[in-house]
Amino acid sequence: MKNSGIKWHVIVFLAPAVLVYTAIMIFPLFNTLRLALYTEVDQVRQFVGLENFRTLFGNPHWSGQFWNALGNNFWFFFIHMIVQNPIGIALAAILSHPRLRFAAVYRTAIFVPTILSFVIVGFAWKLILSPIWGITPDMLKALGLKWLYAPYLGKEEYALTTLALISVWQFVGIPMMLIYAALLSIPEEVLEAGEVDGITGFASFWKIKLPLILPSIGIISILTFVGNFNAFDLIYTTQGALAGPAFSTDILGTFMYRTFFGFQLQLGDPHMGSAIASGMFGIILIGVCIYLFGIQTRLRRYQF
Amino acid sequence: MNRKLLSLALLGSTILGGAAAADVTLTIESWRNDDLVLWQDKIIPAFEAANPGIKVKFTPSAPAEYNAVLNSKLDAGSAGDLITCRPFDASLALYDGGHLADISGLEGMANFSDVAKSAWQTDDASASFCMPMASVIHGFIYNKEAFAELDIKIPETEAEFFAALETIKADGNYIPMAMGTNDQWEAATMGYNNIGPNYWKGEEGRLALIAGDQKLTDAQWVAPYEALAKWGEYLGDGYEAQTYPDSQNIFTLGRAAIYPAGSWEITGFNAQADFEMGAFKAPVQNAGDTCYISDHTDIALGMNAASPNAEAAKTFLNWMGTSEFAGIYANALPGFFSLSNHEVAMEDPLAQEFVSWRGECESTIRSTYQILSRGTPNLENETWGASVAAIKGSKSGADLGMELQSGLASWYAPHK
Repeated sequence: MKNSGIKWHVIVFLAPAVLVYTAIMIFPLFNTLRLALYTEVDQVRQFVGLENFRTLFGNPHWSGQFWNALGNNFWFFFIHMIVQNPIGIALAAILSHPRLRFAAVYRTAIFVPTILSFVIVGFAWKLILSPIWGITPDMLKALGLKWLYAPYLGKEEYALTTLALISVWQFVGIPMMLIYAALLSIPEEVLEAGEVDGITGFASFWKIKLPLILPSIGIISILTFVGNFNAFDLIYTTQGALAGPAFSTDILGTFMYRTFFGFQLQLGDPHMGSAIASGMFGIILIGVCIYLFGIQTRLRRYQF
Repeated sequence: MNRKLLSLALLGSTILGGAAAADVTLTIESWRNDDLVLWQDKIIPAFEAANPGIKVKFTPSAPAEYNAVLNSKLDAGSAGDLITCRPFDASLALYDGGHLADISGLEGMANFSDVAKSAWQTDDASASFCMPMASVIHGFIYNKEAFAELDIKIPETEAEFFAALETIKADGNYIPMAMGTNDQWEAATMGYNNIGPNYWKGEEGRLALIAGDQKLTDAQWVAPYEALAKWGEYLGDGYEAQTYPDSQNIFTLGRAAIYPAGSWEITGFNAQADFEMGAFKAPVQNAGDTCYISDHTDIALGMNAASPNAEAAKTFLNWMGTSEFAGIYANALPGFFSLSNHEVAMEDPLAQEFVSWRGECESTIRSTYQILSRGTPNLENETWGASVAAIKGSKSGADLGMELQSGLASWYAPHK
């Protein structure tokens, strides 16, 4: 075996993953990019080049929806970055504190929502926040904060932020776990050496731990970015394909779904839908490239 | 090797099993999963008794996903033999795509009027591709006990309608009207298209809009938005986040006095509500005006052009044109009114009330459904958003009219 040029076992072991991945990811991806270059006239598919993209960005009706969805997507991402990730890091820092009791209980409780289905999360929160059956109005009333209540999911100014926070609630466990693992891997000696130099408590978090977990924070940011720009389920289950009120929660995923599959009397247009999907792919690709080449290569890594 | 043989044998048996059986089995695609029991217990046994040798299976999917699911199934060749048809363009596209068969020649078709057939024909009415089943009528369902308690008479005019709402609101025991804007479509379907026909004079206005003689900025198309703008204060607290099922529950629990409705609610409401209900039609502007009601052609059944059981499917479609089917359907589903020319006796008092308006008023269908929702932006979907904006008061009727008109004019030639 050693002498044969081809390493058969490598091929055999890789084959299932490569085949499955090609069939369900790579082929559809390229086929979607290809579909975006066609249109259908009188039941016949025709090649139109970049015409669909010209409609998407040039026609005010389409471009208005696209930029609205993209803007909402950035807001959705922004809320995750300023709420989910700092809270995740803080939770991990608290959990990794050696004197915290019942750490495993908290860790599990915070992580559980992550494994719930979007449908359950969306439905549960819709009920919690419901002006009619929900517990939110009554709870706020009991605290004397009734004025804080609004039908959050029905108001254009709050709906998207509310949904972003629901999503944060669901997924805060992921950054927590990743950071927690990174924190645990910091050797005691480093911290002890810091203590000898007088760096303890908060200072040791800011000056020693944080720089050491920066690469993990980078990974979390990029995971959040990709996840948020592919988001669809939560909005669809709570607000429907029209992403109401008045498209204020419309993100690229729901816009694409509505266009591709059609909605109510609107017939589906797979070609325009593919054009939007290609746009999403491009945006995510650019985002990931900025991270990979602009940020990740500059992060300093430490070996212990 | 053995396993391969076995799986081949199994595979073969599924194909052969279907073909070898003596009975033909027809599968029906539908979005009416609410009607599953009705089909299984009443319609299918009645048909099978009359037509031995044909078995029927009713396999509905969720309403919101129906169009997408059906299209995928048809493209993949795995759709059922009979296909429940949405009105107008969704089905027309299936016909143009070769998925629905032309069934103009079936003798059952003779039992339907031209208006009934219009929702499932080509634009020039040369080919029909679905057998009409039922229409739904719009109006308002009210809580009779609440009306008696507050001594409110059934409102005939718009002024009386808002006076009634004001009385209920002042009393404070009931939410005047149960409707939310979260799901959007109620605002357009039970709001705009419910009260609208009285303003645009039913078919006259609808056809003029299609012909391009009237515009959405005209007074008769803007006025319903201005009326809707006054609804906001009579809907319950937090109506912005109230969903369609929320509204249904609020009304059937007796917490609201009026429910802007479509007749399809009757069955569900009869089962849920323990108070007496009545119905009144959309109010006219001045007493004595001709009234117009939305009597919308909603549901039909067509035949999958690729069906291997075409003969059996035709037998079923013809049977749907009989008075037997019309009677079973209309009585089992009060609120879905037969479109056929047969006289159908209905027992449900609420359904009788709805259908009695056909005699007093001019019938029309929803203004946005025929032709006008063929392009992008889609007028029906835009109307949902516009109706919600009107109720919330975030935009004026005139602005909404202008927006909708410019959207329609962007793709529809008669309005350019």
